[in-house]
Amino acid sequence: MNIYVLIKRTFDTEEKIAVSNGKIQEDGAEFIINPYDEYAIEEAIQVRDEHGGEVTVVTMGEEEAEKQLRTALAMGADKAVLINTEDDLEELDQFTVASVLAEYLKDKEADLILAGNVAIDGGSGQVGPRVAERLGINCVTTITDLKIDGSDVTIVRDMEGDSETIKTSLPLLVTAQQGLNEPRYPSLPGIMKAKKKPLEELELDDLDIEEDDVEAKVETVEVYLPPKKEAGRILEGDLSDQVSELASLLRNEAKVI
Amino acid sequence: MSKKVLVLGEAREGALRNVSFEAIGAAKQVADGGEVVGVLIGDSVQDLAQEMVQHGADRVVTVEHPHLKTYTSDGFGQAFMAVVDQESPEGIVFAHTANGKDLAPKIASKLQSGLISDVTAIEGEGDDATFIRPIYSGKAFEKVRVKEGLLFFTIRPNNIEAPAKEEGRSGDISSLSVDITNLRTIIEDVVRKSTDGVDLSEAKVIVAGGRGVKSAEGFEPLQELADLLGGAVGASRGACDADYVDYSLQIGQTGKVVTPDLYIAAGISGAIQHLAGMSNSKVIVAINKDPEANIFKVADYGIVGDLFEVVPMLTEEFRKMM
Repeated sequence: MNIYVLIKRTFDTEEKIAVSNGKIQEDGAEFIINPYDEYAIEEAIQVRDEHGGEVTVVTMGEEEAEKQLRTALAMGADKAVLINTEDDLEELDQFTVASVLAEYLKDKEADLILAGNVAIDGGSGQVGPRVAERLGINCVTTITDLKIDGSDVTIVRDMEGDSETIKTSLPLLVTAQQGLNEPRYPSLPGIMKAKKKPLEELELDDLDIEEDDVEAKVETVEVYLPPKKEAGRILEGDLSDQVSELASLLRNEAKVI
Repeated sequence: MSKKVLVLGEAREGALRNVSFEAIGAAKQVADGGEVVGVLIGDSVQDLAQEMVQHGADRVVTVEHPHLKTYTSDGFGQAFMAVVDQESPEGIVFAHTANGKDLAPKIASKLQSGLISDVTAIEGEGDDATFIRPIYSGKAFEKVRVKEGLLFFTIRPNNIEAPAKEEGRSGDISSLSVDITNLRTIIEDVVRKSTDGVDLSEAKVIVAGGRGVKSAEGFEPLQELADLLGGAVGASRGACDADYVDYSLQIGQTGKVVTPDLYIAAGISGAIQHLAGMSNSKVIVAINKDPEANIFKVADYGIVGDLFEVVPMLTEEFRKMM
């Protein structure tokens, strides 16, 4: 089975977020594989181990994303591809990213493509379904279970807590939700092996993409932090007095009751 | 310049969700005097059309077909694209719900357009509209503008005001016949775990419990308080993992993202993943035994104490007030 996983290098949102010059400060911050993409990588490895084939992880971005690709290789993926757009694209949106990834994937004859259902930084959840649409293949989002039998696929999809059982078929793109599996940590031998696994680097030229054709449709004009919340009030006194005070504050000061 | 804007209405258990009316409000703002057209897709949605008109839609287009009884991205995609072909809109608004999140990127890709997801506020009107959306799990915000083409966006429930209902408002309701074929994904079964009653993502008041609630029975006083206030019960991941309540009640990065007027967190420590799901609530109350708990940092009001004492007392206090 020919399996592709789309991953994103993201800022760890457990980091403190600071803004300067209208951009999120990235200096010294920890970067990780988007956590939802880790479920996608893990699932891809399990599908390959059961059905045979090859797992290729793909990311689009800057040189630095090589580190996250190596981590995916250390987990057990077979090959990695970095589509480096650092020199070609200044502004990109989800249309741009999906267009480039779809262009790369269009002649790869992928049976199964996996991605995270959302990236924890931008949080739009668009790239997976957009790519599937561009490739004209089936797509199911936010999945928590995947079973493949020949070309028949049975999926459980999380729908805001409810779950749907879906029948579909390969070729297919799915996006991973938490609960799909427990991603493995790279083992030491895995890390050693990953250094020797192929990592291909491409640029837009290699994909015959003109920058104008993938130009962003939307642009970010400002990034800012939410207004600092005033320190909350911790009530004091007898518990019963605190409770009456709270009820009265919610009604008369906050006006939410 | 005024614009024609389509709004996809979303029904849940036979009634329109409030976020559909909020979407009409958002559509009116970007339409800048242009026409707001409601779109309803299902096997039997005719009866809901009038309600969209009463909440501000100028007219409504319905697409009904037996294959549209439940949401599938193929079926709803074909139906919605038929409406787009008929109407040639300049704007589209969906709700940022499970189905809206699934369908919107696919439609945007078919239309080769941009899409701004999870919008919580809009500034300006028409072409000058800028869209505000949370990023980095709500720790920052970005303002986004459409550079070219369609104004297409999804809105987060409970953030944009819905136009008030006007009983006497009238508008044309037309149906569009679409042949829904070749469904490539088929839904075999749906397991509904979410509770009846108030929809968590649209609730104005949420009483949420964490590991500190200690058991399934421990959630009973929280439910009582929520019922009294016309709200819903939610939970942290910890409480779901411990099997006190179902995952359908989970609030946080992987669960639901909520922005009620009042969020009461009982026995929740306030892990970053939980905060990502509720920190933009308008007023936050924290009840926790541990004065160092992280939840107090985002709370407007806090009581350091045992939730099993505080919650019933608070219910009593509100009961006296009402």
